[in-house]
Formats: sequence, C-alpha cells, structure tokens
Amino acid sequence: MSGVSLPGSHNVTRVVLSNGIAVLVYEKPDVQSVVIAGSLRVGSIYEAPEQNGLASLTASALMRGSQKRDFNAIAEALEDIGADLDVSGGVSTTSFSGKSLAEDLPTLIDVLADVLRHPTFPPDQVERLRGELLTGLQYRSQDTRYRANRAFRETLYPADHPYHYSSSGSVESVSKLTIDQLQQFHDHYYGPKGAILVIVGAVKADAAIEIVRKAFEDWQNPNQTEMPPLADVAPAKATKRAFVPLPGKTQSDIVLGVPGPSRFAKDFQAATIANSVLGQFGMMGRIGRSVREELGLAYYVYSSLDGGFGPGPWNIAAGVNPANVDLALEQIQNEVRRLTNELVDDSDLTDNQAYHVGHLPLQLESNEGIAYSLRNIETYSLGLDYLVNYRDTIYRLTRVDLLNAAKHYLNADALVIGIAGPETR
Amino acid sequence: MSNVTRHVLKNGMVVLLKEVHSAPIISWWVLYRIGSRNERTGTTGVSHWVEHMMFKGTDQFPPGYLDKAIDRVGGQWNAQTFLDYTAYFETLPASEIDLALRLEADRMVNAKFDPEEVASERTVIISERQGSENSPMFWLGEEMQAAAFRVHGYHHEIIGDMTDLHTMTRDDLYNHYKKHYLPNNAIAVAVGDFDSATMLARIQELYENIPAGEPIDLFVRPEPDQMGERRLTIERPGTTAFIQVGYRVPAATDPDWFKLELVNSLLCGPDSMGGGSIDNKTSRLYKALVDTELAASVDGGMTQTIDPFLYLINIVVRDGKSPEEVEAALNAEIDRLRNGDVTEAELNRVKKQARALFAYSTERVTSQAFWLAFTENVDSYEWFDNYVANLEAVTLDEVKEAAARYLRPQNRTVGYFIPTEGEMGEESEAYMEEAE
Repeated sequence: MSGVSLPGSHNVTRVVLSNGIAVLVYEKPDVQSVVIAGSLRVGSIYEAPEQNGLASLTASALMRGSQKRDFNAIAEALEDIGADLDVSGGVSTTSFSGKSLAEDLPTLIDVLADVLRHPTFPPDQVERLRGELLTGLQYRSQDTRYRANRAFRETLYPADHPYHYSSSGSVESVSKLTIDQLQQFHDHYYGPKGAILVIVGAVKADAAIEIVRKAFEDWQNPNQTEMPPLADVAPAKATKRAFVPLPGKTQSDIVLGVPGPSRFAKDFQAATIANSVLGQFGMMGRIGRSVREELGLAYYVYSSLDGGFGPGPWNIAAGVNPANVDLALEQIQNEVRRLTNELVDDSDLTDNQAYHVGHLPLQLESNEGIAYSLRNIETYSLGLDYLVNYRDTIYRLTRVDLLNAAKHYLNADALVIGIAGPETR
Repeated sequence: MSNVTRHVLKNGMVVLLKEVHSAPIISWWVLYRIGSRNERTGTTGVSHWVEHMMFKGTDQFPPGYLDKAIDRVGGQWNAQTFLDYTAYFETLPASEIDLALRLEADRMVNAKFDPEEVASERTVIISERQGSENSPMFWLGEEMQAAAFRVHGYHHEIIGDMTDLHTMTRDDLYNHYKKHYLPNNAIAVAVGDFDSATMLARIQELYENIPAGEPIDLFVRPEPDQMGERRLTIERPGTTAFIQVGYRVPAATDPDWFKLELVNSLLCGPDSMGGGSIDNKTSRLYKALVDTELAASVDGGMTQTIDPFLYLINIVVRDGKSPEEVEAALNAEIDRLRNGDVTEAELNRVKKQARALFAYSTERVTSQAFWLAFTENVDSYEWFDNYVANLEAVTLDEVKEAAARYLRPQNRTVGYFIPTEGEMGEESEAYMEEAE
C-alpha cells in the first residue's frame, strides 16, 4: 500500500457534529459490508472502588432494552439482517463496534443511537445479565491467565488507581450494583462530547454522515464533564511477587512488568519499538528466543505495551510448567536487564522499524483494521495523516531513543510479578 | 466468489489461484492432506508436532531466520493442524511473495528435524497441552471425542495424548514428514494481488521438480454406527458446570450437511465463516436456556470434515442451576424442532444471516485462501463457492427431516463438567512471596 492509498486527510472524511461527536468515514467500495467503531468518553475512571464494574455493567446493559425496543427487538433488529453490535466499558472510554451488510448501515446506526441514548435498564433483563456476568467472573476466578494478570495489576497499581481494578468488576462488587446506579451513571456520564464514530465500508461518506447526523446530532448532556486525567504511578522499588494458588491446574501463568508510557508520552514510539525487540519481533522477540526456542520452557511468552490514556502496563506474559517458573523468570529478567543496559544492535533497530512500517498493508486490509486504526488516531489526537507519516515517525528513532525509553520504564530488579498456578511448594 | 483457476502440476500438486486486487497483498497456503484423523495410537499428536518442526529450519533457512525475514517485510505466517489436514500460510506484501513461495517449496523437502530441536520442542508442546488443560472445556472436549469415536482417528485431540508426547521419537516425526509431505499430497493456494500466469509459472519453477512420492495410503478406520446414547462426566476443581452435546453428523460432502448447518442456525445462531460472528440472542436455544436463566451462554457449530463428525452444542450452566435441569430444557427444545415446529419465515431468516456471514468471510485474502485450501481438501474448492447456494436450496421439509433424523438421543454423546471445588466465596486469594 503506497503512501497515497493509506487512509489520511486526502481520503478520510472527518466532520465534527455541533454537539462534539467526531465522525470519520473511509469509503471502501470493494467489499459488501460496512464496519463501525467508536467510543464515548466514559469508563471505570468514574467508579468508586465499591462500585467496581459499574461502567462495564452499564455498557453491557445498554443492549437489554431501550425506549424504542425491548431486548428481543434489539436482538432481532440486528440478527435478522446478520448484523452485530457490541458495546463494552473500559477505563477511560466505552467503546463500540459493529458490522453489517452495507445496505443495512441505517439500521445499525439506528440501533446504536437507540441503545447509547435511550437505554431503560429493565430490571428483569439487568438481573439476567448480572447472573451471566457473575457466572463468567466465577469461571475466570479459576483461570490462571486472568488471575495472574489480576495479581500483577493489583500489586503494580495502588488501590486508588483505576488500573488496579478489572473493568468487569468482582463477584462481590457486581452483586451489589443497583439499577439506580446504572441509570444515574448513564444520565451523568454518557454524552456526545468527545465521542467518536468511524465508518468504513461500501458506503458514500456524505450519505453515511447524514445517517449519523440524524441519529446523533440532537444528543445533548449538560451533566457531562471533562474527564479527569489518570494519575502517574511510581514504579516498584524492588521486585514484588504475588502468587495465586489454583488447585487442579497443570500450568502456571506469569505476568510481570512495570507501569509503562501513556499514548501521549514523548517516548511512546521508542518504547513500542524497544518492546518489539524484547518480546515481539521474529517469534516473540528476544524473550521468545531465549525462553521458548532455546530452552523450550513455554508455548507462549511475549511482551506488550498498552499505551492508553494513562500509565498502562508494559508487561511480559508466559505460560510455563510450574517447575520452570523460576528459570523462566530468570531468563526474562536477564533480557529486560540487557534491554536497559545495552544499545540494541543496528539490525535490531532496522528490523523492528521495517516490521512496524511494513505491517501496515496487512493491518489495513480489512474494514475492521482501518476502522480501529482511525478510532485510535481520533482517540489520541494523532492527526489524520498519522498513517501517512508513520514511516517517517518510526525511522526517525535511534538506538539511543530505544535505550532511553527502556531505561525510563523498565528495571529488571524492580519488577512486579503475578503468578497463578498449582501450589508447588 | 469464483474466478478461481485450478491447475495440477506434473507431480500431482494441486494449485488454486485467485486474483484479488483490492489491496497489495498476497496470501499463500500449502495444505497437506494429513491430520489427526490419520494418526495411530502411540503417535497421536504427530501431525501437530511435525507442524512445529517445520518452523525449525532447513539448510537454506536456518532456525529463526524466517521468523525475522517475514516480520521484516511486515508479513504474517503461521500454521494449523486440524482433524483432516496440516496447513501453512504466509500473507505478505505482494512484492515480497517470492519468499513464501521459496520457503514452502524448501521445507516440503528439506526440514531438518534436528534432534536437539526435537527435544526442545517436546517441552514446548507439552506446555501447549498443559495450557489447554488449565481450561475445563479442554478436558470435557477430549473426553467427548474419545466417547463419540471408539475406532476412528477423531477419537483423540489434535495435540495428542500426553503419554504419546512423552514417548514419541524423532524418527516417528521424521517418518511422518517424509511419508506425507509430498507434492502429490499437497494443495497450494494463492489469493491476492498477482497476475495468474506469472504466478503459475513461478510456482511451476519452484515446485514441479519436487518428485512425487508413492501414492499416499492414509490410515483411516471408519467408525461403526452409534447404537444408543453415550454419557460421561468429568469432575475437576472449578466453579462452573458445562454441558457439551455431540450429535453424530455426516461429512461435509453429504447434502445433509447443509440441512444441519441451518438446523444449527435455528438452534444456536449461525456459524461464523471466519469474517466475524454475530450474536445468537434470537436463536431457539438462547431463548430456551439463557432467557430462562438456566444457562449463562450457549453456542453450537457444525464442522466441515472429511468423515462423519459431531454437531456440537456447548452450554455454560448458570451458577445455582443443575446440569440436569438445563439438559431437560435443551431436550424439550430439540424435540420441538424434531417434531417439525419450524416455519418458512424462520428458515428464510437464517438464510439471510448466512449470506451476510459469507460476505464477511470473503473480505480478507487470508480468509479466502484458507477456505479454498480447506474445502479443496474436504471436497472441492467449489464447496466454498457453492456454500450459500447450497444453503439457499434447502427446503423446510428437508430441515425438518434432518432434525428428526440426526437429533435423536440415540445418535448423541452427552458430557457434563462438574466442578468439585472453589464454590462461590471460597476463591483462592493471592499472597505475596519472598522476592528472589
């Protein structure tokens, strides 16, 4: 995909409705479908700890009934035409995505506007949903990957930070949430300011924008306030290790890491490329080579970096035999130490630059790929020509930039480690 | 979709080409007609382990070289082992596709199976299996297949039995490779931004001189008819009960397969074709089990297999409900369909859903190439081309007849996962360990 054909200011139509909703449309005439993706500026950041799960339950409950349609009518409106729509609550945003045949875009947008703006939270439906979510939460309480990640985050982030908690809440907190709380949360925080709606597919931009305008432009919420920033988090001073014993499991899952850069951090891109060297490029990077390829300790081991509105984790995850936990951790710590002590090789830098830039055509092949990229660009104000300029951004980075970013965030001797698996000692 | 051209090289390799010029990328697949269905006791999991070894290097491309080379050009590569096949693919920027063509030709013949790499990969594969074992559904699924298939190779998990993963030798792996990785046992597919004549010429140049092997004699033992319902229970630590029900259903080449695909849509919602799925809140079993607060979720699916396999329904039992009451409600709903309670309007609705999901599945070259290779192995690539037409042709009477015939209790296996520990409120708590 050449620079000319990448989505950018020359071929993405962007308008901001009078109530603040940013609408972006990319026409892709060679498919039969249309994809929508977007977000509202509402999330678990507004929850008190005892209400953990409120934003997520509110988002999930939107599809359970609206002023115009009951639960069955919402499901029928979508499923009758083979369409799908999903809304889910995160920390800083509540995001949605949907798909239909292009001819059915009006229905998809109509249902979206209906559930976002006019949910009724019918008591029987909310209780049914709550029961489904509680069954899921109980199941996850026995899931080693989930529990290792929870232990990691609860140790990494203090109890007054939204990142300490799972957006889904806990069995205890979700059990206690009331319908009044859901209704109030919606009334107070759901609104058009900062909202994003991206449409990609076999549609005409003008027509698509008109559909959105009709469905959303009269939406107002005077209660809506500016979202507070997410606090920075001090890194651990020494390694901390939390263990969750789970009977009956045969493998231990490990998550370890540090608070990482937000998407707005100046060294975000350098950290991203350093992370790629550490645990992604060429079969899970350096840690993949050491832990999986050389020692055969794990089927999966990789590193990742969140980069959201706040200091999301820069972490490494692995699944290993319980007897190999310490050996795997030692290998991972060695690779983290190497990344923070030594410049990467020239070839590491150029390989990883090529990987990230070269991956764009695959990433942007589908409607979904383009829609999620545009949503990301709008969410973090990266500029409509972000993808067009991406190559220059990445190739500007130096080995020293990567080393500085690694040093800035990582410390092999002060990692927070969460482990879940069978008791071995 | 169509516009596919089919070619057979002199050594028997089947080549399918389809030009798609919407994005400058190409997906290249090589599928071998060998999967877990052809494995003998003692070497179960050999196909999957061989798949792993194919990433462990040749003289031309030493271990690790290609992982980097593919990433460097922004590509993607992977492999999958299934019941009926083992397949490899690369999706690359169109200008880089020659690397994929060369590497698959190379490892069709020259994979090394270095003993040290075999030893190291043994623990990786055991770790992969142990990761699956952490999920209750794995244990239930494994036991279900074992109960549903006493004779046929579908009786074991694709990853293999743990005992075989400990005892299989390098020679077992290498012999499996040499016997089955032959051009006359392979289907190659390219979909994407290329010129077919140029592409075919390059494929011939790289592959046509690879010698054909002996005609492949695949190990297959047909499963005898099922003579009554089979039931099983797994009891392990957990918090949540699951039910899996598997009805014996015909191969994908049987016209009844399409009738049952629509039966599944009615009961559980439409199968995803790989381009995105939709919810199933309007399906019959959702209404009967989830709306009634007996279950937290239900899903089902048909599988396109060479030999008769299972129509599987999975149910997550809602906390506080018993599997027995959930199963009773399931049976009532199945019986309703078996008794012919279904309308033309319902049938038309699931056909529209199928058209949408099929359209979604054709939007990526990787997905298109996958389906062409997959269905050419099962039957013919035209199976995929004709998928929607074959569903459209199914009549209401045929749906009723198929439901009545295949959804009999005598034709099914029913499995329960019963959690034995970790009741609500007794959750394991994290504790801090001494730092190293």
